[in-house]
Amino acid sequence: MSHQLRVNPIACRGHGVCAELLPEIIELDPWGYPILRSAVIPPALVLHARRAAATCPTLALILERAQIHRRHKSAGSPA
Amino acid sequence: MTVTAPPSPQADNAALPRLLAGVGRDLVLGLAGHEREYGTLWLRGPAGNRRPERLIDIVEAAGLTGRGGSGFPTGRKMRSVAGRGEAVVVANGAEGEPASAKDRLLLSYLPHLVLDGITLAADAVGATEAHLCVHRQEHDLIDGLAAAVAERRHAGLDPVPIQVTGIPGRYVSSEQSSIVQYLNGGPAKPTFSPPRPHESGVRGRPTLVNNVETLAHVALIARHGDRWFRSAGLPSAPGSMLVTVDGAVRWPGVYEIELGTAAGEVVALAGGPAEDLQALLIGGFFGAWLPVEVAWPVPMTQAGLRAAGGALGAGVVVALPGSSCGLAETARVMRYLAEQGAGQCGPCLMGLPALADGVADLAFQGGRGRAVDAIAALLPLIEGRGACRHPDGATQLARSAMRAFIADARWHDQCGPCDGVRRAPLLPIPGDGEEDWDWT
Repeated sequence: MSHQLRVNPIACRGHGVCAELLPEIIELDPWGYPILRSAVIPPALVLHARRAAATCPTLALILERAQIHRRHKSAGSPA
Repeated sequence: MTVTAPPSPQADNAALPRLLAGVGRDLVLGLAGHEREYGTLWLRGPAGNRRPERLIDIVEAAGLTGRGGSGFPTGRKMRSVAGRGEAVVVANGAEGEPASAKDRLLLSYLPHLVLDGITLAADAVGATEAHLCVHRQEHDLIDGLAAAVAERRHAGLDPVPIQVTGIPGRYVSSEQSSIVQYLNGGPAKPTFSPPRPHESGVRGRPTLVNNVETLAHVALIARHGDRWFRSAGLPSAPGSMLVTVDGAVRWPGVYEIELGTAAGEVVALAGGPAEDLQALLIGGFFGAWLPVEVAWPVPMTQAGLRAAGGALGAGVVVALPGSSCGLAETARVMRYLAEQGAGQCGPCLMGLPALADGVADLAFQGGRGRAVDAIAALLPLIEGRGACRHPDGATQLARSAMRAFIADARWHDQCGPCDGVRRAPLLPIPGDGEEDWDWT
C-alpha cells in the first residue's frame, strides 16, 4: 500500500512548515507555496510525510493511501 | 459582437442548421413557434413508454460531448448522476468567456430548446430540482427566461419546475463547482475536489451541471435520435456545435458548424478575412493562439485542436490581423484573467499577476532582452497548481502566444514594442463598469 500527498491549494497559506519537515519531497515556489516533487511517498518517508501533514497550520497537506479510484480519475472523471 | 444567425449557413448541407434552425423568424421563438420549428417534445418517447434512463443510452450512443469547454461525454456525466437518489440539474448559461456569445444567443432567441433539454435531463437522471443559471447583471435575459418558464408552466410541460437563478459575473464564477457552492449559499468560487458535483453537489445531492448548448443538443437528440445526431460531424467527434467568430472577419457572429470543420472554413463562413491575418485565437481566453497557416486546416474537434497545441473550449474563433500585435492582445487578456481569479490559491493569486506583468512588459515596454525567458520560467510555477482550471487556462494562452508570436516576442524583447501595439484592442475585455465584483 503506497501513500501519496496532495495539497489543498485553497487552504494553503504558504506557511512553509511542510518544506522544513519534508525537504526530500517538498520545495517552495518563489511565493512560499509548496511544490511536490512527487506525489507518491516512498515507504521510508511516510512517517515524515505524516508529521508534515499533521503540522500544517491550515491542514492543507493531505496524506492518503493511493487508491484505485485515482486511476479512474486519470482516465477522465466528469469535469 | 453582433449576435446573428448565419446569413446562409452552408446552403449545400441540408443537415445544418440544427440548433439555429429557429433563429430569424421571430426575434424570440415562443413556445408555439418552437414546437412548430423543432417538433413536439415527448418526454419519454412518442409512445410514452420509454424508461427515463433510456435517454442516457441515446445521448451516449449519439456521442454528444460538453459544449461549455470541458468536452466531457454528456451521456457518461448523466449516468454518473442517475440512480444515486434525488438529483439536481444545473444548466450553466453563465457564459464567462467574454469572446463567446453562443449561450446568450440560445437563451435569448431559442429559450425553449434549452428548457426542453433541462426537463429531459431532469427526467433522465431522476432530478427533483432544476436550475438555469445566468449572470445576474443580465436583467433582460433573466426576464425573458422567466417568461418562457411561465409559458411552459401554463402548458404543463416541465414536471420538475425550472428556477432561473442569477449568479455573480466573475470569470471563475461560471466554473461548475463555483455555481454549486453559490447555490448552496456560499461564494461563487471554485471548491477543492473531490467531492465533485456529480457525487455531492447542491445540498449534498448528486448534481448534473451541463452547459446550455449541450442541453439544447439533448433536446434535439431526444426528438431525432442518436443516428440523426451522428449524421453530422465526424465518427470520432459527432454532431454540430455553435461557434462565435470575431475579429478581422467580414461577418462576426454565431454560427453552427459540423464538428471537424476546418478552422479556415469557419472563417470563410463568417465572410472570410477582412484583412490579412496572422493568427487565430481558437477556444477563447482559455484557448490558444495558432499561426494562421497552422490553424487553417485544423479540424474543430477537441482532439484536432489538442494535437495542434490548442483547445476547442467553448468554440470561439477570433481572427487576428497582421497589423495587430498578438502580444499586446495577450497582455490585456492576461491582466483580465489575473484580476478575475478567485484569489483562493497562492500560485494563481501570486503567479497570474506576475505573468500578466511579464507579458505586459514584453508587449508595451520591451523586455531589455530578459522578458521571454522570464515568462517561460513563470509558466511551470503556475500550471496545475490551483483548485480549478483558471491558472491552467491562463498559462495555456500565454504559452501559445509565446509560441505563435515568438519572432515578434524576440523583436519586442530586444528592440521594444512593434507598431501593432498602437492598434485598437481586438479582443473584447469587459470594462470595470460592467463588472460585478461581489462573490455572494
